[in-house]
Amino acid sequence: MSSVSEGLAARDGMPGGSPTWTRTTLVFAAFLALLCVSLLVSLCAGRFGVPVTRALALIWQGLTDPSAPLQAMDERIVLLVRMPRVVLAALAGGGLAVCGAALQGVFRNPLVSPDILGISQGAAFGGALAIMLGIWGFPLIAMVFVAGMAALVLVGFLARVSGRTETVTVILSGLVVSSVFAAVVSLLQFVADPETSLPAIVYWLMGSFSSATWARVLIAAPGLILGAALLWSLRFRLNVLALDEAEAKSLGARTERERWLVFALVAVIVGSQVAVSGIIGWIGIVIPHAARLLVGHDHRRMLPASILLGAAFTTIIDTLARTVTAAEIPLGVITALVGAPIFAVLLRNHYRERTGR
Amino acid sequence: MIGLSEATVRFGARTVVDRLSFSVPVGRSLAILGPNGRGKTTALRAMLGFQHLHAGTRSAPTIVGYVPQVSVNNQRLRAIDIAVMGRAAHLGLFRQPRDEDYAVARAALGRTGAAGYAERPFDRLSGGERQLVLLARALATGSDVLVLDEPAAALDLHNQERLLVLLESLRQERHKAIVFTTHDPNHALAAADDALLMMPDGSALFGPVAETMTPAHLERLYGVPMRTVDLPGPAGILHRAVLPAFAGAPAG
Repeated sequence: MSSVSEGLAARDGMPGGSPTWTRTTLVFAAFLALLCVSLLVSLCAGRFGVPVTRALALIWQGLTDPSAPLQAMDERIVLLVRMPRVVLAALAGGGLAVCGAALQGVFRNPLVSPDILGISQGAAFGGALAIMLGIWGFPLIAMVFVAGMAALVLVGFLARVSGRTETVTVILSGLVVSSVFAAVVSLLQFVADPETSLPAIVYWLMGSFSSATWARVLIAAPGLILGAALLWSLRFRLNVLALDEAEAKSLGARTERERWLVFALVAVIVGSQVAVSGIIGWIGIVIPHAARLLVGHDHRRMLPASILLGAAFTTIIDTLARTVTAAEIPLGVITALVGAPIFAVLLRNHYRERTGR
Repeated sequence: MIGLSEATVRFGARTVVDRLSFSVPVGRSLAILGPNGRGKTTALRAMLGFQHLHAGTRSAPTIVGYVPQVSVNNQRLRAIDIAVMGRAAHLGLFRQPRDEDYAVARAALGRTGAAGYAERPFDRLSGGERQLVLLARALATGSDVLVLDEPAAALDLHNQERLLVLLESLRQERHKAIVFTTHDPNHALAAADDALLMMPDGSALFGPVAETMTPAHLERLYGVPMRTVDLPGPAGILHRAVLPAFAGAPAG
């Protein structure tokens, strides 16, 4: 598998590099096509099937005349039910994937992901607490974000032993912090009002885009888009931050501070995503790895590839979740079923590579 | 200008570097010699600010052309993408390297003789080739300070020669302050103006090569009897060499 990325890395054009832009362009065109197809399929598929041409016409209508009253059944289903859901799934998936890609860079370890760092569980705690206190909307997002960031800060402090941060201690600290927050979330569920807040918490925690509305898209989109855009603009710096600490510093990087900037952006993205769709695991670890295999390790290609693939993958998974059976399968179930085996293979390959066996 | 003044570094109760002072102005080269574990790398790291100083001060510019002993890097990047990172300090957080940055990086690769494998994956290069790419990255920073940590440690004789010729030509230009650590006193003779001898007893000797690199001082440094000989080079010019007079089978 490494020969694929090396072949690409050697032949691909970068600014000032070898003249062939074509290969990169082709790969990215394929990613974009995959994303467009998955978005379109997701809009059409479901118990109420909509022909592709009709869906395209409706998208056009929605774009050109957004204030037109929606009367027909298919108009309402495509533009009010499926479209916000598809948009939210794509944004969340792209955001989670780019978070994983950036974190794997700054931790110099391909096994790190936003959920492994405890951010998701911390954010879940913030959200559960907000729901229990009857807080919704932007204040809920703020609480989710602050709690996610707090979890990350905790992991950061736990993992720093005498000024050095080892990847193993980071992953173990993430596990510890995740467990603590998960326990507190359970406690909140235990004491929550079984009539009102408990169902809301449970439903929200399961991780689903089924409650997507345009209002929720508007709540989550700014954080997701802004966070992903800023991480993307850090793409060359991430190459530097992925170097050894002393090397990165000698090249002018203020490593500690810049790493925290990345963490903060990750917390913004994960906070926004968790706030509207609950905990969705595995995307942040599986997608960056796929992107690395397909376009190489350079963050300038790896980050945009992760965004496109993450968006497409999440859209496809969400479509499966709501179409495979009559009842909707929780999203987290599918991502775990797909992601866990991939993670296991990654883990074994990683250590085989490191021990040279 | 780069150096340390009365610098002390401690690891727990152990004093690794004790009131060490030296300075390298632009235009001069310093070789740091010392036995294993005496703190050569620690002194370099302290000088660059990667190591906390218990006492004393350091002076170094913000951007330094630094060549690590081994580049720990699990990214698979091309050599040119490694070299262009030398431009990172000029680009800041959010900007991407442009054609002119690549031109600087390519020129630096050309200077170190690494242009031939600019497009090859860095992790597939030999130790000597990597060293030259990392040196090119250090040159691409444009810094007037060049710091190399045991640059020749993993190199075969041919690659040592290449590296020393390169360091010597950089020294002759007199545009940079160059600091490197080495185990081989002959490297200091080949490419340095000054030498810093970090003695096993914790003291240090700093001065021009001609005064510091004497057999007597080197015997103290390594605990091995040392002899100097003058050897004719390929062009017939005599080069001084320092050799250990190891105990063992007598000649003849």
